[in-house]
Amino acid sequence: MHSILKTSCAAVAALGMAASAAFADGHQLSGDLKITSDMSNPAPRAVMEGLVAGFQEMHPELNIELTIVDREAWKTQIRNALGANPPDVVNWYAANRMGPYVEAGLFEDISDMYANGDLPGLDAVQGALTLDGKQYGVPYTYYQWGVYYREDIFNELGLSEPVTFDEEIANCQVIVDSGRACYAIGTKFLWTAGGWFDYMNMRTNGFDFHMQLARGEVEWTDPRVRETFANWRKLIDMGGFIADHQSYSWQEALNFMIDGEATSYLMGNFAVAAMREAGLTDEQIDFYQFPLIGDYPQGEDAPTDTFHIPSGAENKDNARAFLQYVTSANVQTEINSGDALGQLPINAASGVDADEFLEQGFAMLSTNAQGGVAQFFDRDFPAEMASVGMEGLQEFMVFPDHLDDILARLEDARQRIYQ
Amino acid sequence: MSSLTPTSRSWYKRNEIALTPWLFLLPAMLFFAVYVIVPIGQSFWISFHQWDGLGEKTYIGTANYERLLGIGDQNIDRKFETSFWNNLKWLALYLLAVPAGLFIALFLNQTVRGIRLYKSLFFFPFVISQVVVGLVFSWFYLPREGLLNAILGLVGAGPVNILGDPTLATYGIIAAGLWPQTAYCMILYLTGLNAVDPEQVEAARLDGAKGYKMLWYIILPQLKPATFIAFVVTIIGALRSFDLISVMTNGGPFGSTRVLSFYMFEESLSEFGFRMGYGSAIAVVLFFIMLGFIGYFLYAMWRDEKGAR
Repeated sequence: MHSILKTSCAAVAALGMAASAAFADGHQLSGDLKITSDMSNPAPRAVMEGLVAGFQEMHPELNIELTIVDREAWKTQIRNALGANPPDVVNWYAANRMGPYVEAGLFEDISDMYANGDLPGLDAVQGALTLDGKQYGVPYTYYQWGVYYREDIFNELGLSEPVTFDEEIANCQVIVDSGRACYAIGTKFLWTAGGWFDYMNMRTNGFDFHMQLARGEVEWTDPRVRETFANWRKLIDMGGFIADHQSYSWQEALNFMIDGEATSYLMGNFAVAAMREAGLTDEQIDFYQFPLIGDYPQGEDAPTDTFHIPSGAENKDNARAFLQYVTSANVQTEINSGDALGQLPINAASGVDADEFLEQGFAMLSTNAQGGVAQFFDRDFPAEMASVGMEGLQEFMVFPDHLDDILARLEDARQRIYQ
Repeated sequence: MSSLTPTSRSWYKRNEIALTPWLFLLPAMLFFAVYVIVPIGQSFWISFHQWDGLGEKTYIGTANYERLLGIGDQNIDRKFETSFWNNLKWLALYLLAVPAGLFIALFLNQTVRGIRLYKSLFFFPFVISQVVVGLVFSWFYLPREGLLNAILGLVGAGPVNILGDPTLATYGIIAAGLWPQTAYCMILYLTGLNAVDPEQVEAARLDGAKGYKMLWYIILPQLKPATFIAFVVTIIGALRSFDLISVMTNGGPFGSTRVLSFYMFEESLSEFGFRMGYGSAIAVVLFFIMLGFIGYFLYAMWRDEKGAR
């Protein structure tokens, strides 16, 4: 509790300073600004409150009303919130996850802000907010995915970070022989299996193929998709994954890694905070990019979280000013630093915090992700395809023999969903 | 004195006797219509559309039902099939709560020191929320740390992962549901047992009835109203099972524990559910299944009342 409080105070103070420095000459806003945020976990909550405090300091006349909704609950509440009497700013996710709301005309088109230079430094990330050539929101943070592993156990077994899939399998064999599992994973809520599929498919068939699959242009029964699953199966059959993973959430599965019963975890960078909190030191954990399988430039998952203006909002000018504020270089540096969100800033002019994992992730995404940057299975694929798909992926991980049936089911869903 | 003649009395005064009951019923009927009848109609209406819950509805006739039930050249929706069979499993096994509740009620229907405390303890699971029951049981079933596997380990049986095994998971959840439901049936029977006529029991005893015969011919007939209610609440409880599934397995593993109500929620209202029309079609099917059962019970009740006259 103490550390959370300290963090939030520090974040508020820092944001205030950054804000007054960056916007000292900005004109004063007045009226109302209603923000509904899903940043309900302790650290993000402090950041969101800090953002509001900083913006308030710049515009003392403005009457800001902040509502923080539970992050999981928001995933279903958003459709009601956008309907009648919507707030002026809301949180959501990038890419296809915006699709239903954009198609229904519930998100404001803010392409003009990108076009007229109101949002400097966002050129690189613009794509994730673009649907049909228009932009519908701004990002505020993103994070890399990759393999987090127990450095101490790797050292004990004399292993090094693998670069190719063959090395990965060789490593895994040593780990399995030592009585451990190679990978912790908890698939109770399905999406973690989506991460594995993303990487297996992007490495086996390349980023472009993965995106074709996401857009419904390739059949799920395609031999190339089968090859992805065949590679994945090698790891499953050798006992690479922990047993009974279908009964655990990702947090519960983390215990296997903390206890040293599993050595690595394919996860987003948010797992680092949980690992540190559970008592692992930075000497015990390290990170490597998912190894190469086929000869393709690497594609990476880097999910982006976003702010949007509902098209029914009443104070759109204030909302636009807030989006500008959130994405400005200084604020981005602040809110993504290690003691705030602990993720990567989306503004090219921002600095990345001096953190072992953020630095590695940033380097990986800027120099070693030529294939392209994907959002994540459940954000790149349309909602329905994602939900049917992830269920199939979970089943595959438990019963690899059901593959034919699973692929037939997914193909059936594909034909219906992308009409 | 013309004001006293029947013709000049106000219309309301003339029809007071006939109208007043309706006036008293009006608020209830109004609310029932707005919150029950109209939404049922809307569900029917939406089920003929394709709608993501946000944009415009498109009328597609009975396409949702055709897809759901596999009419025409398509296969029956497998998720629907699984959900339907799971619903039947729930119905059949949930009814075990009725005899179990009766057994515990008979056992507790005695006067010993502190019996009130025992009764309250047995009733306890019904008082706590279903969500808590679900959580407790999912910990109980945990594949490694769970108490169940610890007990099985003591007798040398291998570890089982009940909630992770698609063939066992539904039974695991039903077992969790039986815990509070048995307590509910027990309370119904305990109150019923209070109303059992001691003179009849005495008379039966003089005639030499005891044990099973006493229960079957003397006690149970007098418990008929309690049995009826116990059946009704248990069947309705089985059909609307949702919270336990949501808490314990979230419909998984790979959708093997879905029931119709959960499937409906998943298709239309959950994180990835944007098929309001399809969800409504499931709701309509569930509505007719429930209607079948409730209709039967209403008929049985009506028949009994007629027979009693």
